[in-house]
Amino acid sequence: MFAYIARRLVATIPVMAIVAVLVFAMLRLTPGDPASIIAGAAATSQDVAEIRTRLGLDRPIVTQFFIWIGHLLRGDLGESFFFKKQVADLVLDRVGPTVALSTMTILWSVLVAVPLGVVAAWKQGSWIDRVVMGFSVLGFSVPVFVIGYVLIYVFAVKLSWLPVQGYQPLRDGFGGFVGHLVLPTLTLSVIYIALIARITRTSVLEVLSEDYIRTAHAKGLPNRIVLMHHALRNAAVPIVTIIGIGIALLVGGVVITESVFSIPGLGRLTVDAVLARDYPTVQAVILLFSLVYVLLNLVVDVTYTFLDPRIRY
Amino acid sequence: MFLSRISRFFLLTVVAMASLTVCAVEAETLHVVMHSDLKIVDPIWTTAYITRNHGYMIYDTLFATDANGKVQPQMVDKYTVSPDGLVYTLTLRDGLLWHDGTPVTSEDCVASIKRWGAKDALGQKMMSFVKDFTVVDPKTFRINLNSPTGLVLLGLGKPSSAAPFMMPKRVADTSPNEQISDFTGSGPFVFKKDEWKPGDKAVYVKFDKYKPRSEPPSGMAGGKVVKVDRVEWRVVADQQTAINALIAGEIDYIEQPAHDLLPLVKSDPNLKLADINPLGNQYAFRYNSTVKPFDNPKVKQALLYAFNQKDFLEATIGNPEYYKTCLEMFICGTPLGSTKGMDGLLTSNFAKAKQLLQEAGYDGTPIVLMHSTDLQVLTNLAPVAKSLMERAGFKVDMQDMDWQTLVARRSKKDPPSQGGWSAFLTSWVSADVLNPVSTAFLNSSCDKALFGWPCDAEIERLRDQFARETDPAKQKAIAEAVQVAWTKDPTHVFLGQWYQPAAVRKNINGFVVAPVTVFWNITKSTP
Repeated sequence: MFAYIARRLVATIPVMAIVAVLVFAMLRLTPGDPASIIAGAAATSQDVAEIRTRLGLDRPIVTQFFIWIGHLLRGDLGESFFFKKQVADLVLDRVGPTVALSTMTILWSVLVAVPLGVVAAWKQGSWIDRVVMGFSVLGFSVPVFVIGYVLIYVFAVKLSWLPVQGYQPLRDGFGGFVGHLVLPTLTLSVIYIALIARITRTSVLEVLSEDYIRTAHAKGLPNRIVLMHHALRNAAVPIVTIIGIGIALLVGGVVITESVFSIPGLGRLTVDAVLARDYPTVQAVILLFSLVYVLLNLVVDVTYTFLDPRIRY
Repeated sequence: MFLSRISRFFLLTVVAMASLTVCAVEAETLHVVMHSDLKIVDPIWTTAYITRNHGYMIYDTLFATDANGKVQPQMVDKYTVSPDGLVYTLTLRDGLLWHDGTPVTSEDCVASIKRWGAKDALGQKMMSFVKDFTVVDPKTFRINLNSPTGLVLLGLGKPSSAAPFMMPKRVADTSPNEQISDFTGSGPFVFKKDEWKPGDKAVYVKFDKYKPRSEPPSGMAGGKVVKVDRVEWRVVADQQTAINALIAGEIDYIEQPAHDLLPLVKSDPNLKLADINPLGNQYAFRYNSTVKPFDNPKVKQALLYAFNQKDFLEATIGNPEYYKTCLEMFICGTPLGSTKGMDGLLTSNFAKAKQLLQEAGYDGTPIVLMHSTDLQVLTNLAPVAKSLMERAGFKVDMQDMDWQTLVARRSKKDPPSQGGWSAFLTSWVSADVLNPVSTAFLNSSCDKALFGWPCDAEIERLRDQFARETDPAKQKAIAEAVQVAWTKDPTHVFLGQWYQPAAVRKNINGFVVAPVTVFWNITKSTP
């Protein structure tokens, strides 16, 4: 197992190298010039050229790439073109809100969706099943921003129960921290609840027709034990897979929610940096996202071995 | 056990609500949503309006333009001009301090003028008249000129980007092409660098040792008396969320709410609109004068006949309450505003436009019209231009792109078929186009001009003449002559004025009517 994990970690290096080349090349091929953006509307061509030189953008692209990679290998993500701040500091500032939102969303989604999916499978064809599946269809169909606006209108504007927007770090108070995350979490979790509930229902349904489930029932075991210990455990592999994919999608998918709720997270940083053509920041964030994706896949693969002893690496 | 969990949940909820309530009672903090995130904090290095606004928070200027368009002393106590107009002697007010507590000196001011003069277009023009500076004592210095000019006061009192902000000498000695990293100013607010989180918020606190002028505030001039302890610029990228936050009382002030959301503000009993910039903004169509067919003045003139301002303003702003057609290049209602030479222009006279195109021998060369799709106040301009141009006989290739791509592409001098461009539309704050020298699109110095690179010796001669003139009546005559010369070989087309009210909560008062959003004199009472 440890050899497998080590192999997978080593394999991360070429993956990250390919991502680094791709993200660097794509940014340079995208129209737009950070120097022009920095210079402002009334800048002359000479002003823009001077800024380009200062940022090192007048050098050949290959040279720029090797300078960047050199710094990267020394752990230096560079300095933002715009903010005169180290990219590492910018990213660190933004990690907290995104991790908090993603964690709360995935926890809430799993806590709600897995029981719903199990119950829907157990009561297949009943009104509960139809309600859960109807909710799933709705969750897939309604855009995230619409859900966000509706929740804001009801719970923040009309009822004044929760704040409209913003983020409060945990160190500034637990109440404010949770209060600011409730609506974004509910908004973002709708689609994940729909996704996980559907997959859970399908997986459990498949397992429920197996002989060992019939045997368990024949032994007189209560439904709760049969469902939780026999059915759900054996249906867990696809569920864990979809949760893993969900977490990966979540990291990239928080952009809209962060915008609607004005949460200063990594999603917003990415969008702002792309629009401003802040190359060092975009490169750093994309690399970070890629690393998270790769590591999540590894965690999911390792989790399989605990859920299903037949899986060995 | 279950009940205990429920009790714990409610307890946590109550704690959460209580902590939110505590946040809501910060009566002396003004929560503001500005038009953009503050990314660059050097107001000389960039002309971005958000950075200019930041500049007015923490820096002060020697002179400032009042609500009547007149330049008034600001940091300056008194000034004299020698009879030959060649020496300006400026004496600073008593008690001016930098945020670090050290006094503002003449040397600081001279270094600041030099840095601004090396970067800003009007500053460069002014500096072309400056022979040298003489520091007389810590509070007095002289500006010695080569020849008389009206640009000294006009430049040093300039009300918009890039304003000549005064900085300590150690900061002003930074190359104008390098960003400063020391944000010590002498303005009414102190920038809290440690609390600045790009993409989230910028924080300013009242500078207790700031010594305001005794006069009431007027435009950018007068007493800058700060009446709140703290101003937080919050970044709320989504306009609907910003309005919701305003309604909920989390935000006090939105600088530029979208026009289509203004009815929501009007209908809420706790909110109001504040028209703090009566000069507004001006739309403009910019030609690339170096490429076909806009290298031919007659083709450019054809657009002066093909366009009309109302179509553009209707398509973008919509509500006539917030726009005005105005055939005065230097803004209606200002000292230099005039309709001279504008008879018959901007009336969508397509017959005349077609006639001019025929005389010019227009061969159907496609106009590559850059269409920015992501800025609401600009998005609908290009489709209107395309429609009017096609009705006049132009062939138009409108290309969609985000604003930042447009900004990068407009600096390219390549032919349109090789990644260049023919035309685009934008908007200026009216305060930036009040005279022939500050109107950047009028610069017709060929390669040295702004993107579009018009080349017109007559306009340049008149702009120089304006720069040398000190008599307001003669300045007006020259401005009119510039406008007439412009009709013969246009550098751009001005497409009407539009206004942007701020959305604020009703307990916020004391707004200063000025071309720049400023936060002195504003009060926040308990709702």
